[in-house]
Amino acid sequence: MLTKRIIPCLDVKNGRTVKGINFVNLRDAGDPVELASKYAAQGADELVFLDISATIEERETIYELVRRVAEQINIPFTVGGGIYDVEKVRKLLTQGADKVSINSAVVQRPALAAEIAREFGSQCLVVAIDARKEGDRWSVYTHGGSRSTGIDLLDWARQMEDLGAGEILFTSMDHDGTHQGFACDMLSHMSTLLSIPIIASGGAGTKEHFKEVFTIGKADAGLAASIFHFDEIPIPELKQYLHLAQIPIRL
Amino acid sequence: MIAIIDYDAGNTRSVMNALDRLDVSYVLTDDAEQLRAAEKVIFPGVGHAAAAMDALRRRNLTTVIRQLTQPVLGICVGMQLMCKRSEEGNIACLGIVDRCVRKFDVASGLKIPHMGWNTVHIEEDDVLWTDIADKSYFYFVHSYYVPLMQETIARCTYGEVFSAVIRKDNFWGIQCHAEKSGKIGSTLLANFVKGSIT
Repeated sequence: MLTKRIIPCLDVKNGRTVKGINFVNLRDAGDPVELASKYAAQGADELVFLDISATIEERETIYELVRRVAEQINIPFTVGGGIYDVEKVRKLLTQGADKVSINSAVVQRPALAAEIAREFGSQCLVVAIDARKEGDRWSVYTHGGSRSTGIDLLDWARQMEDLGAGEILFTSMDHDGTHQGFACDMLSHMSTLLSIPIIASGGAGTKEHFKEVFTIGKADAGLAASIFHFDEIPIPELKQYLHLAQIPIRL
Repeated sequence: MIAIIDYDAGNTRSVMNALDRLDVSYVLTDDAEQLRAAEKVIFPGVGHAAAAMDALRRRNLTTVIRQLTQPVLGICVGMQLMCKRSEEGNIACLGIVDRCVRKFDVASGLKIPHMGWNTVHIEEDDVLWTDIADKSYFYFVHSYYVPLMQETIARCTYGEVFSAVIRKDNFWGIQCHAEKSGKIGSTLLANFVKGSIT
């Protein structure tokens, strides 16, 4: 039986893992290569690596890091952040990434999604969407959650599926960093509407939140960062809990 | 020496990393002589089947691969290309096994691609299964599948029951990404590259 995936996310800035609350107040969370190895050994189902470096110079360090992580780990590995063209995708895949995650760049130029899917296949394209609730609708944000686009979340997710996205990584900015649970209602809605897998992100604080995201939220994967980095919830303990809660999970 | 077929398949680096972790030496090549001379051959693959067949043709490798006599392991699209045809791009493939690769039924309500860790049910004994328990989890990512057939030695279920692993003579094909399937995947690769199979 296909299992639900637990995905630790490493936000990387200038070679270090960092974590903020509501996209700001970054604090150091350790060496990305060490963390990646630890998570793979603990039974993480995949790994996501987001480069949140601010400058082009800092971003050049990502290739070396991707190569070192890919040498170490034997689980699927997604890299995102600062990807604006097919050539960067090629370079990251060459260094050992299995998938790339794209966010702002496809909002600026949606055709990029189709170009990547055509060149490397949908399986390697994760479209990341940051959104927040505004009144009775959800609006897509770009540039690390700093710019509102006014685009409707569900319209956008559907458009990305049509253009060849293999997965959607949806982060609720309202929930991110709060540890109060995932945006299960919206996730459930999105999961029913789309026929590609949904990775839920933003809000994980307890083991119960993961159970909810897979049952109520109908998500295919749950992604979190700080609760794993700071050992609040060790991955083996979380997976054991989900297994006992009858969620299909790989132990 | 292990040879990995070089035709710009997307998961080549991952396969190389996996072999490095097993401390196995290999050569990445599209040279027909080197491929024929290799002790074993790994045929990686990810992405679109039609694009992959084109890449093989451009490098004049289709006949070479078909005629290999040493153990050959096709991974994901590498496995699918061993079939007669694929619905992906509606193309003719290598025809090592007499089956057509089919698309998962979108109308079934299943999420496509089939992506994630799923259980592999062993159907037939094989050297590949040394130290691997029945119903172990492997990582899959694919939208097309190889149906069950006589050559199926392990199956997986995602809506359809399909071939997770096939074997015909010296050709093995695995749908899952052993190079990305944690410890159990490494064991499978080690069984192929280090095992005494002929």
